[in-house]
Amino acid sequence: MGMTMAQKILAARSGHAEVVPGQLIECATDLVLCHEITTPAALRMLEERGMNRVFDPAKIVAIPDHSVPAMNIKAAKMYQKLKSWVQEQGIHHFYDVGRGGIAHVVLEGSGLLRPGMTLVSGDSHTCNGGALGAFATGVGSTDLAGAIYAGRVWFKVPETMLIRVTGELQPGVTPKDLVLEVIRRIGADGANYLVMEWTGDTIDRMDMEGRFTLTNMAIEAGGKTGIIAVDDTTRAYLAARGVTPDLYTEYTSDPDAEYRVVIELDASAVEPTVAYPHIPSNGRVAGTDAVPITHAYVGSCTNGRISDLREVAHILRGRRVADGVQMIVVPATQAVYQQAAREGLLEVFVAAGASVSYPSCGACLGMHSGVLGPGDVCISSSNRNFVGRMGDPSAQIYLASPATVAASAVAGVIADPREYAPRQEVA
Amino acid sequence: MTLTPPPPRSVPTRSARVWRFGADVNTDQIVPGRFAPYMTSEAELRKAPFIEARPEFAAQVQPGDLIVAGNNFGCGSSREYAPQALKLVGVGAIIAPSFARIFFRNALNLGIPVFEADLTDLADGERVHLDLEAARIHTAGGERPLPPPPAWMREVWRAGGIVPYYRAHGRFPGVPGR
Repeated sequence: MGMTMAQKILAARSGHAEVVPGQLIECATDLVLCHEITTPAALRMLEERGMNRVFDPAKIVAIPDHSVPAMNIKAAKMYQKLKSWVQEQGIHHFYDVGRGGIAHVVLEGSGLLRPGMTLVSGDSHTCNGGALGAFATGVGSTDLAGAIYAGRVWFKVPETMLIRVTGELQPGVTPKDLVLEVIRRIGADGANYLVMEWTGDTIDRMDMEGRFTLTNMAIEAGGKTGIIAVDDTTRAYLAARGVTPDLYTEYTSDPDAEYRVVIELDASAVEPTVAYPHIPSNGRVAGTDAVPITHAYVGSCTNGRISDLREVAHILRGRRVADGVQMIVVPATQAVYQQAAREGLLEVFVAAGASVSYPSCGACLGMHSGVLGPGDVCISSSNRNFVGRMGDPSAQIYLASPATVAASAVAGVIADPREYAPRQEVA
Repeated sequence: MTLTPPPPRSVPTRSARVWRFGADVNTDQIVPGRFAPYMTSEAELRKAPFIEARPEFAAQVQPGDLIVAGNNFGCGSSREYAPQALKLVGVGAIIAPSFARIFFRNALNLGIPVFEADLTDLADGERVHLDLEAARIHTAGGERPLPPPPAWMREVWRAGGIVPYYRAHGRFPGVPGR
């Protein structure tokens, strides 16, 4: 029986010639990503047991991102804990505040995460990295502690869902709309325990930034991870970061690999999609209802990349954020921030009346820098619209692409980005 | 965070209360991101479970009580504070037709029994007896079987979680020793 690419990676990293779905394996972790929210709990577990060591300091990447810059003393202590641990253990891959940003996005572009690797992190959006042909998955603090200490984690080998996407995404329709449409179809637990493997000519033509958006959202369908096979786009992306093909292993699914389910999707039929409260699978076509909004948020590990900011700028250039709407734009990393500055995008945002914030997860999980109050209505380019996710439990969160967020911010109500053609003149 | 030893796993002598929840209960509802007491005490985490979604829960839940919910329990964030908080207040088991995978493995790692079964016809506040060893639940309306957990999962429960299991065996469950 053939294997899927996820099975092949897990087999290779657990020392088996072959693994089958359902099999329990002990797997080596090639990289362990650590941020300041879940890592201190793992470190405390290790310290209490006198196990304060790391399996390999070169394979640990530490990036504070959730509560930075610290918004209170508790957050400052978490940051200090991560930083002092990094210093004690000689961990060199430390992206401090001002040099990093949102961990998943920093890691994807760092050249450290490579095809064929296994990556775990105490964060559910670790699946983001699967777009590089790696097996990347989120775990809790106990698993994280084991990975930090021993470089190993247990897995039940997952089955795979194949998502084959063909045809052209229409103007104004983005990878975010595509993944929201898939989640709408299969449900918020439609890929529970499964690997979501994306394939098809639409994916072949998609740039890496779009692919990361797809794999990032796997967890919102319950997926163990998302994954995309390496192709020339991946190789070029890695080569630009000094990572040549001799430095990684490419795995592809066998033609006779067994899939739990195969989903076929025509990309040309996908429309700008908005996930209504309070679950990411509650998708409707953007603009179906002109829901009045109070907040518009562009950012997060799902959609805070440079291509996302460019789409927002296309719509905001020469326009103004509607009165009564608070818009915040959060570049995902310092590199994105710098690039956006170079391209004049930040100026467009400020001219439009949007607030530009520093790279952080803050608003996405209602932690700081954009927390919603009672009754607020937010359209967000992030990944989760659960009750209370971004602040007060009575706030309403609508998920959408950056373009739809921008169009809605201008309209003051949830709007269809296709109705907001770029303007060149400055108002 | 110190993990308190699990209560003995046997047929409970007292009945357990059923706490009913709906579908898609997410980890932010169990412990909202901004309430997770990262660098603080167990005592604070004990007050956290369902602090907004069901404010009476933390004060009223008794050791051994059961959470019975709809599909996809524990979806969302990987933050282990959610199952940890439920363990700290002594939740005896969580029973739902399906669980989000990270929550499922976190619960297992912490030694909280989880059963994939649909008992959503049980009423909130109903008194039941859970027989963990036999994987059965005794209700006023009769006896209900639960899907028997695989042997390796029972071993992890008995050990009180994956950490004590690993300490005792030097390997993960179901994996040949190295």
